[in-house]
Amino acid sequence: MNNLQQEKRGRRLGITYSAPMGIWLTLFFLIPLSIIILYSFLKKGLYGGVEWEFTLTAYKQMLNPNFMRVFWRTLWVATFATVITILLALPCGYAMARSRHQVFWLGMVIIPFWTNSLIRIYAWIAILSSEGFVNETLRTLGIIKESLPLIYNQGAVITVLIYMYIPFAILPLFTTIDKFDFQLLEAARDLGASKPESIVKVLMPNIRGGIVTAVIFTFIPIFGAYTVPLLVGGKDSYMIGNIIVDQVTKTRNWPLASAFSLIITLVSTLGVIWMMATAANESARRKTPVKVVDSSGGSE
Amino acid sequence: MTTLNNPKTKRRHKLQPTKLVRPAKGTQGPYKTPKNQVFQDHRHFGFSNIMLVLVVLFLFVPLFVVVIYSFNASKGMRWTGFSLQWYTKLLFDSDQLWRAFANSFIIAISSSVVATILGSLSAVGIKWYKFKSRAYIQVVSFLPMVLPEVIIGISMLIFFTAVKIPLGMFTIFVAHTTFNLPFVFLLVSARLDEFDFSVIEAARDLGATERQTLTKVIVPSIMPGVMSGLLMAITMSLEDFVITFFVSGPGSTTLPLYVYSMIRYGVSPVINALSFVLILGIMILALSFRKFLKTIAASS
Repeated sequence: MNNLQQEKRGRRLGITYSAPMGIWLTLFFLIPLSIIILYSFLKKGLYGGVEWEFTLTAYKQMLNPNFMRVFWRTLWVATFATVITILLALPCGYAMARSRHQVFWLGMVIIPFWTNSLIRIYAWIAILSSEGFVNETLRTLGIIKESLPLIYNQGAVITVLIYMYIPFAILPLFTTIDKFDFQLLEAARDLGASKPESIVKVLMPNIRGGIVTAVIFTFIPIFGAYTVPLLVGGKDSYMIGNIIVDQVTKTRNWPLASAFSLIITLVSTLGVIWMMATAANESARRKTPVKVVDSSGGSE
Repeated sequence: MTTLNNPKTKRRHKLQPTKLVRPAKGTQGPYKTPKNQVFQDHRHFGFSNIMLVLVVLFLFVPLFVVVIYSFNASKGMRWTGFSLQWYTKLLFDSDQLWRAFANSFIIAISSSVVATILGSLSAVGIKWYKFKSRAYIQVVSFLPMVLPEVIIGISMLIFFTAVKIPLGMFTIFVAHTTFNLPFVFLLVSARLDEFDFSVIEAARDLGATERQTLTKVIVPSIMPGVMSGLLMAITMSLEDFVITFFVSGPGSTTLPLYVYSMIRYGVSPVINALSFVLILGIMILALSFRKFLKTIAASS
């Protein structure tokens, strides 16, 4: 009897505590998101907005070769930038986790990360533009006469994207590697593995969860990037985010913007499902003591 | 035999000198310090350490350039002499900027306080009580964190337009609270995972009412999580450009929006001076909350 009462009470309290946030997020996140899904199947209104008529026009418009080109570019840029970011972030996370000055290095990563994103983009404009730091310095030194085209191209976009999102990758990697038991590495090397070998075969499989998180938290924001391609990119570095905003603010084609948003949402959701599946795998694996990776006939 | 003569294994002995007895000076909690110190890699010029230093340089160099040129006497990126004129201008001749700053401040404080209260309560409800809609709240609180900002911004813009709420300070407040909630929720949840539920049972057994349990037991014990959440929320709110860009109306320009208009329509070196002030502020913030940096890293 008492138990049942307690359970009831727990349920009531749990709902009381959680309801405000649940309602808030339903109202201001889930409903807006559902409206987007709905709008993508409606007809474009004359001056923005929509008309209540079911149509697939928005999705047909998406197949326009111009849009497809932007879509593939976005996919390519996001993949490339993510790979570079992760490759740079992995050794950083490792070095930070093994450092005796963890908090110092965390600060070094978090300070730029917290600095206003527009200020950070502006800093790159100040460095790369034709009257920017690099060009002016080279001119002063007499190395160049004409400005080098450092900005408003794909290279600038990718560099700045990596710059913006590398902390997103370093922080989860640091957190996971920090929890890793480094004695396993020592053990691997006692058993004759070289350092790179021990890292690839022992460390990597054990921090897979962190790597997946880092990939998701880098890839998704880059995939939906808007400000960076707008401010440091040229006409040929437009990304999906820019198209969406243009469709909302300039062309006023809300259904098309909604359809593009839906695509990004789907890609993000797939990523999240992948991440959660890895996390579930991980916790299932935790129940078995140590992960040993079998290389086919490599180790003794 | 082969293992004994393995040069790699031999070299390894250098890695663990007298550190086996742990000096009790660690401030990072008693559990982790020995692991990291005993197996400390003492080669300071290892690959990962070099990468870390290079990446941190990569993160800071653009900021340094901006800060240095904020003391430049002339407008461009050609150094013509030291001057404080841009700081004078920033302080005494930038009314609009300071108004934008005030707006940002109001939004940051209000939205992060609301988000912290709702998010913390919800975390308590989810972690400690069982009820039906738990899974729903968990999903709804996770998605906003991973969706690109453009999507959240657009969906809110469409939503506010559809329900005819005029864009302005209020809509910015709602939007910021929405994207802050999941982070606070996550940080406090992580804190609660480490918390011992029996303390609450003990408090109840000793006759504490629900309210007393909340204020005397729960709140103090989750305070570090709550504080990290609040800090994270404030910085994210001050930093946000993309979402604010969509939901702002006339008269509700925030600092990032103002910086954006400065970048787009005529850069003035005042922005350099502003950058330095902001970076300094972030540094002080990071320094004074250094205890929470690890918790924050774990959530992002």
